[in-house]
Formats: sequence, structure tokens, C-alpha cells
Amino acid sequence: MKRVWPVFSVIGLIVCLWYAAAVWMNAPWVYDQAARAGVEVSFRQMVGETMGQARPVLPAPHQVAAELWKGVTGQAVTSKRSLVYHGWVTLQATFYGFVLGIGLGVALAVSIVRFRVMEVSVMPWAVISQTIPIVALAPMIVVLSNSAGIADRMVPKAIISAYLGFFPVLVSMVKGLRSPDQMQMDQLRTWHASEAQMFFKLRLPASLPFFFASLKVAIAASLVGAIVGELPTGAIEGLGARMLIGSQFGEPLIMWAALFAAAILAGGLIVLVGWVERVATRQTGGAA
Amino acid sequence: MIWGMIVSLVWAGAWGLNVVLVRRGWAEGRVGRLAVAAIFGATLLVIWEGLVRGFGVSAVILPAPSGVAARIAGSLPVLWGDFVQTVLKGALSGYLIGCGAAVVVAVLIDRSAFLKAGLLPVGNFVAALPVVGIAPILVAWFGFDWQSKAAVVVVMVFFPVLVNMVAGLAASERMQRDLMATWGAGYWQSLWHLRLPAAMPFLFNGLKIASTLALIGAIVAEFFGSPTMGMGFRISTEVGRLGMDMVWAEIAVAALAGSAFYGLIAAVERGVTFWHPSQRV
Repeated sequence: MKRVWPVFSVIGLIVCLWYAAAVWMNAPWVYDQAARAGVEVSFRQMVGETMGQARPVLPAPHQVAAELWKGVTGQAVTSKRSLVYHGWVTLQATFYGFVLGIGLGVALAVSIVRFRVMEVSVMPWAVISQTIPIVALAPMIVVLSNSAGIADRMVPKAIISAYLGFFPVLVSMVKGLRSPDQMQMDQLRTWHASEAQMFFKLRLPASLPFFFASLKVAIAASLVGAIVGELPTGAIEGLGARMLIGSQFGEPLIMWAALFAAAILAGGLIVLVGWVERVATRQTGGAA
Repeated sequence: MIWGMIVSLVWAGAWGLNVVLVRRGWAEGRVGRLAVAAIFGATLLVIWEGLVRGFGVSAVILPAPSGVAARIAGSLPVLWGDFVQTVLKGALSGYLIGCGAAVVVAVLIDRSAFLKAGLLPVGNFVAALPVVGIAPILVAWFGFDWQSKAAVVVVMVFFPVLVNMVAGLAASERMQRDLMATWGAGYWQSLWHLRLPAAMPFLFNGLKIASTLALIGAIVAEFFGSPTMGMGFRISTEVGRLGMDMVWAEIAVAALAGSAFYGLIAAVERGVTFWHPSQRV
């Protein structure tokens, strides 16, 4: 409990500030409407009015919560207006990108640790690849995969998501595969271990904690990639597309609900990966 | 066919050269490492060029590097205008405001254990969220010009820098703090002479993460509305007009800007945290 309640009070403070900001930012519209109608509004009326506008500058927290609830439970999950449906589309792209990113990251890390020439040639470019703003590349990835005859919109999103997700895995795995110390390596050598045995019995197990630690970063990055991938690609499905629609049609509530749905999704994924990490650490004999 | 052979020959030759360079131990020095990486990068460009020519790929789908280079040379004023709009006005101003605010807030909340205990988990969580989603909202608030892009960047960089800075302020050791206390150092003296310097490796870690986020934020925000200039604007309109060489030109500029930005921060870091083990060669 001791650790929880500072967090709750900070969250409570944020919600209070949010309400205050909602009143402050939505008030001009209320006064404007009242002036046009030629009526006076008291402060109390004004505050009431700012809480329930259809197109507020800043929706109040309960409005966002209501819209979120409506989006999740208001219709069948297969409906185009359901946030579950859009969340599922984004989640799929995230998942494919995540798996692709892990595969790429681990494969690169293994070859970098094994071959010095790979490290010197590829590693600098892997670092540079992350300094390139992915959003600039995203439309090109869509065009290229379209012209390669891939009609599935999932593919470019997964590629963009993997582009962001592979890097944390790569860095951690290189560190992890190099983490066995000289003594342990020498021990295996005295047992006449082959290179493959050295890899599977020492390096790989030693890298597991690093691997799992990187997964949390990678899943968050993959989700960002999937959402960013939906923005410039004219996607009509997914949480990113939902934000775009809300922005184009001037429906702030849709935007906010999609934003919070994405936040909840991210939180859920991070908790899930953290749980997998704990289970795996315990299973492999680490201190959980 | 002939291009396919040339491409495979170049690839094999360059890779072989790199293998030889590494085997001979010439890749251990600074120059050697740079050379090997540069050879690898140049090989990729040659392969790209060769494949585009060899398979007769239309410039509407994938322009050759030579075509992109020609486009860059031919439209420098436009590219410079977009660079100023997006990188200097949008990303850089937002980056400075966001990182500055994060450092100040970190120093302030560091005094209160309660606030730290409350804000750190929240900050960690927000740092992992897809904050780019806030772009359409901020564009609606601050208008289409660079102010809204800067606002998106502020929100995106704030939490990663905050979390790292708070962790950094806690990084000085007990013994060191006690030593400062025995010298009669006050809070501010101890902060200035011990805890801020000790926080620098952490701060720069956050600043580096934020540098790539800043460019992403500024470009994404332009997809939601911008004046008729800026890298995000140019990319989205040129994709629509099938001006792929222009899009790749913008990507090249974005890549250069991103790498230069990162490199600059890394260089400052080497100067500031020269004492840290990670900087020793």
C-alpha cells in the first residue's frame, strides 16, 4: 500500500488539473454561445456547460471515459465503430512486428557476436537506422510493399513496427551473449566444448535475462510503430486510423478515446511481457 | 542480367575486403572501423542502384540513388525550407523546451520523496505510451504552423528525459553525499557540485532517446495539418503525386538531420561525462 498511494495521489492530481484545464479551455465557447443567444451565464452554469460539450477543445475525463466505454461495449466487437475491433487490428500489426523484430534482433546479435566483420560493418548502421525518423520512411514502405504485390495492409505496418522493435533486442542480446566471463568460457574450453556447445550451453542461457529485459522496450516500440504506420498510409482500420479520422472530421472525443485505448493497450502489453519475464526468470532458475 | 552479375560481384568483393580488413586487424582503429562501415554502406547503395537498373524498376516505385542525388542537388532551396520548418522550428524548439522543462521538474520533485514515488511510475508508464497519438489534438489546439509541432515534441520528450534525470539525481553514492555534508555543503552546493554532474550520464541517455523522438514527433504532427512546407507535408503530398525521388530526398535529409542531431549530443556527452567509465576507450 505504501508504494501505491503516492501514485494514486499523483494520478488524482492530474485528473483535477485536467478538469480545471477543461473548464478553462472550453469556457470561451460557452461564453461565445451565450453572447450570441444574448443570455448571461453564471460561473456555475458555465462550469456545467464545459463538462458536456459535443466537440470540446479539451474533453473532461468522464467524457473520455464514457466515449471509451461506448467504444468498447456499445456495439458488437466486429463493428467498424468498435474500439475493440480497431484495437485488435493494431494489436495484430504490433504482434507481427514484435515477432519479426525479435527474430531480426536475435539473428543480427548472434551473427554480430560470432563474426567480428558483421559487428564492424553492420552495427554502426543499426544505430544510424534508429536515428532516421521512421515516419519519413513509413509511406515509402507502404508504396514498396504495394508494388511488390502485397495487398495486405498488415505487412507494411508490421515492417515499420519491426523496424522500431528490433533495435532494443539487438543491443541487449549483444550485451547478453557477451556477458559470460572469461572464467566460464575457459571452463567450457577445458571440457573441450565445441563452439556450438559453448553457444547453446553458456552464451544463450546467459543472455536470457538481457533478452527479457529488452522485450518490454521492444513491445512498447512495436506498438508505437504500428500506430505510426497507420497514420500516413491511409489506413481505415486501427487505433492510429481512428485518431486520423477523429482529426479530419473534427471529432475530438474519437481522438481522445482512441488515444486512451492505445494507452491501455500499451499498458496491458507491458504488464503481460513483464509477467512472461518473471515466469521465465523463475523457470530458468534466476532470482525472480 | 549483366547488372545482377555486377551487383553480386560488388557485394562479394566489398564483403571480402571487409573480412580481410577485419582479419588483418586494420579495423581496430578509429579510421579502420569507419572505413569498414562506410564500405558496407556504399555497397548497399551500389546494390540498390544495380537492382533498380537491372530490373528496370520504375522511378514511380523506387528511384535509384543516383536519381535521388540528382533530385537533392536540383531542389536544395525546397529541402532547406522544409528542414528549417520541421527540424529547426518544430523539432529543435520543442526539444529545448521539453528537455529544459523535464530537467527543471526533475530537480524540483527530487526534493520530495512522496512526489518522486508518485511521479516515477506514472512517468515511466507515460514514457512507454504511444504519445505520438497526441499529435492531432495538439495540432487542433495550436494551429497548423510550427508551434503545434513544437508542442507535440515537448510532450514526447518530456517524460523520457524526466525519468532519466530523476534516476540520475539519485545516482551519486551515499559516501559522496556524506562527504559533501561533512564539508558543510548546502543543498544547492551539493546539487551543483556533486549530484548534477553525477546525473549527466543518465541525462544524456534521456537526451539521446529524446533526439530521435523529437524528429518523429515533428514529422508526424505535419501529417495532421501543416503550412505548405515541412518534411512531413512534403512527404505526404509527394507520395500522392508519385514524386518518389522527392520523398527519398526528404528521407535522406531526415536521416542526415537525425544522425547529426544524435551525433552532436553524443559529442557533447563525451565532453561533459569524460570521467564516466563508458567513455573511456
